[in-house]
Amino acid sequence: MNVVDWIVLLGTIVGIAAYGSWRTRQVRSLNTYLRGSASTRWGTIGVSVMATQASAITFLSIPGQGFESGIGFVQNYFGLPLALIIVCAVFLPMYRRLNVYTAYEFLGRRFDEKTRLLGAGLFLLQRGLAAGVTIYAPAIIISTVLGWPLDLVIVFTGLLVIVYTVTGGSEAVALTQKWQTTVIWAGMVTAMVVLLLRLPTGLGFTGAAHVAGALGKLQAVDFSLDPSRRYTVWTGVFGGLFLSLSYFGTDQSQVQRYIGGASLREGRLGLMFNALLKIPMQFVILLLGALLFVFYQFAPHPVFFNQAEWRRYAQDGRFRAIEAQHASAVTQSQSAIRAWLQARASDDAAREASARAAMITADDRTRAIRADAKAALVAADPRAKTKDSDYVFITFILTQLPHGAVGLLVAVMFAAALSSKASELAALGTTTTVDLWRHFRPLAAADEARNVRVARRFTALWGVVAVAFALFAGFAENLIEAINILGSIFYGVLLGLFLVAFFLRRVGGSAVFFAAATAQALVIVMYFSLNIGYLWYNLIGCAACVAFSVALQAVLPPRARADERRTG
Amino acid sequence: MTPAPRSPEPSEAEPPDVPGFQTWRGVYLFVFGWFVLVVVLLTVFTGIFS
Repeated sequence: MNVVDWIVLLGTIVGIAAYGSWRTRQVRSLNTYLRGSASTRWGTIGVSVMATQASAITFLSIPGQGFESGIGFVQNYFGLPLALIIVCAVFLPMYRRLNVYTAYEFLGRRFDEKTRLLGAGLFLLQRGLAAGVTIYAPAIIISTVLGWPLDLVIVFTGLLVIVYTVTGGSEAVALTQKWQTTVIWAGMVTAMVVLLLRLPTGLGFTGAAHVAGALGKLQAVDFSLDPSRRYTVWTGVFGGLFLSLSYFGTDQSQVQRYIGGASLREGRLGLMFNALLKIPMQFVILLLGALLFVFYQFAPHPVFFNQAEWRRYAQDGRFRAIEAQHASAVTQSQSAIRAWLQARASDDAAREASARAAMITADDRTRAIRADAKAALVAADPRAKTKDSDYVFITFILTQLPHGAVGLLVAVMFAAALSSKASELAALGTTTTVDLWRHFRPLAAADEARNVRVARRFTALWGVVAVAFALFAGFAENLIEAINILGSIFYGVLLGLFLVAFFLRRVGGSAVFFAAATAQALVIVMYFSLNIGYLWYNLIGCAACVAFSVALQAVLPPRARADERRTG
Repeated sequence: MTPAPRSPEPSEAEPPDVPGFQTWRGVYLFVFGWFVLVVVLLTVFTGIFS
């Protein structure tokens, strides 16, 4: 990075944060602090919902996923549009009618205080644990490739987001997310254009797509019924539906984005905006990764993309031999791809099939050498980090983009990290204030200025906790999956609580409370004892919570049932 | 300072005020149709390039 990159990076990231803080420094109303401006329109809500979901991991890991495993991960989002329709039709009108600040307040109104505390507790546990990951994940990658101190990146990111989120609350979050999203898409479009321009002459997008497809990178949909497969249409539609429904319908970091706004219409249109754009957006990011795979078939690249980790261990002759084998395999792979492209153009089916087989064999050999490289790293140190796909896109950015664009793309990563982190902090602060602090200090609820002060302090506290967690905790290598797995373990039961609340009017607080606690224990036991795709835990947790609620309500003593009906 | 429940918003029963759509049900059907179209297009994409 040169001085131009630094100007672009700091100008956008610090500039947006400073602008957000300055514009919202006068926020005194609790309603504005917790729910944002009452005049917010659907475009702002839609962008805010999108920016909250798309963290830096989205823009670092997902191209890497496209590079390594192809674009099948897009199926993970198939349940999302269906979930958003349900949120629009059922959840959002109820939240607005009850005029709640948090989704868990609704549980308190519908059931009782212990169920509200359980819902808020599950959210705080899940989101609080993930909070450290969302700061750590981009920081470890950026600091590794740029050679910056990891702790400095974590503290810089954390302090920046704490300052403007604490200052302006939800209003600052929505305001900054608009500009951060602009930076993100300007950067991603720039990267895609540069990538297409850097493909070999004559190959073009279509040729590159055919190469990627022939090498198994463009299987977007898989209708297999094998339950051990992680990404299929069915896990995406059913598991993804439950994951998305719980995330958008019951996770306060999302609920807070659309619960305010000028009217119900604005919230609904903001959510429908996401329902239309999310799958195409993820497809484009994954496709970028698949095209990077093709680009690197023709461009020099390391055998292991996390070069800092490689250099740490690759000291002896074994590693030099692997590097030499990889260089040779890449050259052979290039020749095989060119031969296949010529055969394909010749309309000779037999020649094409033979060339395709040779190309796949050459690719398999390159893959095997990459696997050898990872095995060599583990042999050198069992704690070595062997997942390098998260480093593919950032390596492309730093080595192929012109100055200025490099700063812009690094700004993309920071903007994405800040925008999702800000929503999380605002939600954690809001839930702690509204569902915990006010529960134990009911008399203080009437003092608006004190409520705002307390919400600011809790938001800051959660920011400090997230930074501390990121500084001192060790995390799983596959960061995006770590977050999704964590979400899947808790979200299902949380969703079950809300589905019972919305659709099973006869079930009361005690039944649903004990049912949810039992279902959560069941999911945790299953996670540690079974080997199934993690998205299924959303469905299992939710189904168990609903089924146990119905069963418990049926066996509750008559007196308890009468109490439930009175309060429920 | 818990806000009182709102009376049902007029907009809850109002049309979505989106050109071409009279009701929210129409909007949801459009979004669902778009989702089906995207899945079909992805299936075609897979068929062409895999």
